[in-house]
Amino acid sequence: MLILGIESSCDETGAAIVADGRIIHSNVVASQASIHEQYGGVVPEVASRHQLSAILPVLETALAEAGATWSDLDGIAVTYGPGLAGSLLVGLTSAKALALARNLPLIGINHLEAHIYANWLRTNDTSASPSTAIAAADGDHQPGDPVFPLLALVISGAHTELVFIPHHGRYELLGQTRDDAAGEAFDKVARILGLGYPGGPAIERAALQRDASIPHAYTMPRAWLPGTYDFSFSGLKTAVLHMAQGAQVGATADGANRYMREGAAAASQGGISVPNLAAAFQESVVDVLATKTLRAAQELGVRQVVLAGGVAANQPLRARLAADLAPLGIALRYPPIAFCTDNAAMIAAAAYFHLRLGERSGFDLDVRPGLQLPFAAVGS
Amino acid sequence: MSILENIAAYWKPEPIMPTPKMNSMPDLTTPSGSATTSAPVELQSASVAETRQLGELLGRLLASGDLILLRGNLGAGKTAFTQGVACGLGITAPVNSPTFTVLKEYAGRLPLYHFDLYRIEGPGELFDLGFEDYFLGAGVSIVEWAERGATDDATAAWPNDWLRVTFTTTGPDTRLLRCDAVGERGRALLAAFACAAEDDQRKAG
Repeated sequence: MLILGIESSCDETGAAIVADGRIIHSNVVASQASIHEQYGGVVPEVASRHQLSAILPVLETALAEAGATWSDLDGIAVTYGPGLAGSLLVGLTSAKALALARNLPLIGINHLEAHIYANWLRTNDTSASPSTAIAAADGDHQPGDPVFPLLALVISGAHTELVFIPHHGRYELLGQTRDDAAGEAFDKVARILGLGYPGGPAIERAALQRDASIPHAYTMPRAWLPGTYDFSFSGLKTAVLHMAQGAQVGATADGANRYMREGAAAASQGGISVPNLAAAFQESVVDVLATKTLRAAQELGVRQVVLAGGVAANQPLRARLAADLAPLGIALRYPPIAFCTDNAAMIAAAAYFHLRLGERSGFDLDVRPGLQLPFAAVGS
Repeated sequence: MSILENIAAYWKPEPIMPTPKMNSMPDLTTPSGSATTSAPVELQSASVAETRQLGELLGRLLASGDLILLRGNLGAGKTAFTQGVACGLGITAPVNSPTFTVLKEYAGRLPLYHFDLYRIEGPGELFDLGFEDYFLGAGVSIVEWAERGATDDATAAWPNDWLRVTFTTTGPDTRLLRCDAVGERGRALLAAFACAAEDDQRKAG
């Protein structure tokens, strides 16, 4: 089954052609990282204009690179939420028009679900986790596929969600961030520390330069939120900001400006180690993500844990989770980086497992900017 | 760039309260163009919980079409305040940062449109995204990093009737919330919010 996937939920515009939810025939993204870098973040105005002008060339390129024609396709899949309404509309409207014109089944896909299905995609990229052939009693399982029941940690600039997946198509949201997403925390802290964009790789690189001779120079808070699988990174971000300012001052009549000035003066005397601060921040994020994921994996008795989203590229997180899960006989998986960030191949992958069951979306399908996965009854 | 230069650049020190150019502003809410601003109201918060509580008090007062602008640096309490507002609107879904998506929508007693303009470079970008549809809709709009959507108030992407809260970090946990308003509804809302906050502080002893 050959499926065209379309993704335009936020910044990226992508189209991909994937066979049977796994084999990538093409995967095209109109990446804008070079533009975004100039602003220390993504610029939505540029993104939305870019999406409108990029969607048709991206679609044509996806077909051409796959060596496919419209008549080879068996279905059209598109992200319908969550995301930015205007951005989602670019993809959804295109998908509807194509499905109608070519008389193909249309299926709307939850962007969050698709991130998880990036783990089904096949690639020759050796940066992906080694695939292990495990037989399973699943209706559509091939060697190398993730094995149910599984736990997914979706971590990106927009998401921090821990999801239990007993089988295809069933999702139970165990917890999510109460304030900043993990990737957003990386971006904002990188900006505070002057490390550039995107923040994840920048923090990871800086942390490698840390001076281990002062191991406890910075201790960062961890929001454990006991009794839940929820996360919080806002307090950590603020702690880094205060630490970077280097000093505390009391309330003053002219507020923030004086606070900044005195903090800066104190910091210049005390001397801040940016690599150590970056490392302490990263340790805090990794510690909380890994601890909660491990606890959920144990409580739910999953066979595998999958990472998804851009923060899945973080090496210290991968190493910590793999080490924690190995004694329990639970494998850790993660997609190659190209499929961690927003892409259309993951949309087509998720769509396959819906379409093969005969599921379809109607042409009245509308964008759902606030679309969520169902909450779980488990988790305490 | 050194870390200190970077922090200084990042914080972009500005006057805490730029003198509002109210007299020169076109007023969309009253026929005579006589938009006036109320005297600012200052509220103190000693913790994130108190900031959230203040937001909840405001949330209970909100009506269809209300527009709340939030200004303040990273970690100043804008999202915590918004979580309180959502609670006051009877929204039970978790409200987290919309920085990446720019906008998140929630269903409560009224729809809540939670904007974060952290990644926005100016009012033109908001117009381009059609955000005025939200400001003129049936719900309540709350805008973090509002200053990024306006080079000055007269060119802002939103209607000229709002309540604005400016957050100032006065210590690790303490915050000053300075509230001002423009337009008939904005000023009425500010008066009601100030009363509610005063009542609440009196009850708290």
